[in-house]
Amino acid sequence: MTDWVKPLPLPDNVSAPYWAAAREGRLLVQECPQCGNRQWYPRALCTRCAAEPEWLECTGRGVVYTYCVIRQMGTAGFRDEVPYVVAMVELDEGPRVMGNVIGVDIAEVHIGLAVEAEFIAVADDIGIPQWRPLPNH
Amino acid sequence: MIVGIGLSDYPRAPHLDAVQHHVLAARRAIADAGIAKSDLDGYVSAGGAGGMLDDAITMAEYLRIDHRYIDSTMTGGSSFEFHVQHLAAAIRDGQCDTALVTYGSDRLSATGRGLGTGGFTQPKQGVAGPAQYEAPYGNTLVGAYAMHAMRHMHEFGTTSEQLAEIAVGVREFASLNPLAIYRDLITVDDVLASRMVADPLHKLDCCAVTDGGGAFIMTTAERARDLPNAPVYVLGAAGAQTHWNISQQTDFSTSAAAVAGPRAMQHAGIGVDDVDLLMLYDSFTITVLMLLEGLGFAPRGEGGPWVQEGHLRRGGRFPMNTDGGGLSSCHPGMRGMFLITEAVRQLRGHAGVVQVPDCKVAVCAGSGGYLSAIGVAVLSSEAPS
Repeated sequence: MTDWVKPLPLPDNVSAPYWAAAREGRLLVQECPQCGNRQWYPRALCTRCAAEPEWLECTGRGVVYTYCVIRQMGTAGFRDEVPYVVAMVELDEGPRVMGNVIGVDIAEVHIGLAVEAEFIAVADDIGIPQWRPLPNH
Repeated sequence: MIVGIGLSDYPRAPHLDAVQHHVLAARRAIADAGIAKSDLDGYVSAGGAGGMLDDAITMAEYLRIDHRYIDSTMTGGSSFEFHVQHLAAAIRDGQCDTALVTYGSDRLSATGRGLGTGGFTQPKQGVAGPAQYEAPYGNTLVGAYAMHAMRHMHEFGTTSEQLAEIAVGVREFASLNPLAIYRDLITVDDVLASRMVADPLHKLDCCAVTDGGGAFIMTTAERARDLPNAPVYVLGAAGAQTHWNISQQTDFSTSAAAVAGPRAMQHAGIGVDDVDLLMLYDSFTITVLMLLEGLGFAPRGEGGPWVQEGHLRRGGRFPMNTDGGGLSSCHPGMRGMFLITEAVRQLRGHAGVVQVPDCKVAVCAGSGGYLSAIGVAVLSSEAPS
């Protein structure tokens, strides 16, 4: 397991399955059985119709929708990693998720870059989804 | 209508804590309005966030206001435009007659400029609620705005030079404000040469960090007639929200200003051409650009070329942030208060060397969070027709 000093999610009864799935290398979003709406982050209702959402396992592929390059950040774990990329990734399934784009020269990151999820195990019940460019991007 | 304004001390006020900023601004606003403190029967404040001791209910006690109307709406920096919206309705409805709105922050003296930490100061800090989905990735406040700028550049070809023009124009006004924290004139090249904080935003695309506080007093038309200042009328006000946490922004190239702006201006019965002064939340240069487009001053996507035409400059068609703005004068955390106080100063004709000639209509647009909650207030020196 990675020694993770960055902030850690505190799983609750809605988020626990999301983090646990990521620990197993699976990316979940929610899908509404009533109206078909898909959403991230996980919630206790469908934001469109208020029904109870269900889990949908994703392919873990998407493209960078927007991003920034953080060059100044004081929190432990990040301070020594600047510069790094924070992105919103638009999944093939539709919803957008936040993550870091890793394993790439920052100058090569751009909107539209095809990326794939990678999961960092940080606790027994928590995996953190991250993003790496698809080979031959 | 607004009959009193007051500012505490800025940009550096180590002699004041946050509560004392509220109090000093309140005392000055009461004196400016020419009312007795006992006239106040309404109180509004957005304080109390992040464990601060200036929450509305505590402040109402400290100030000892016997209110029959209280509002603690907190939408970040835009809170005070929402307060104008709420108070205009409350006063119209008779819920209260004379209300005080206050704000205070000792941000610079208490915490300094320092490196942003997103509030996460401990290693392995546990994070609950919606923030748990963002905190592991180390985004910052600047980063959230940078993501908007990056998308806007991608969709519309907006450039760093165009954003820099906004900072340059605001700095010119700051150079004329003896209290402004940054007063040296700057050029577009200076902005581009300043270091990147979060690409594509440079240091000079970012607001200052200061101390400061402000207050304003609203009352009925009947009560205003007996008071010394020419009243400033609230012609219209509206607010809207797209998200709070940045990952939930639905469209990073527009904002809730596209909803709140037209609604407030329709409510006011005015169009873009009627406006003499813009007070736009300039937490970052991109904030201004997106507010301009949302409000309809520039067509969507064309804000960049539009600002390069110089409209926002001193002597331009829509002078903006004549006090020097958050970019260069005063930004203690929630700047929306100063959009109102500066607009009132201009509409009274009391703005001295930066007075906008024949200033009758001002649009104040606050942005709270990460371009999340936008509040718009249209103020005028003339009664609604």
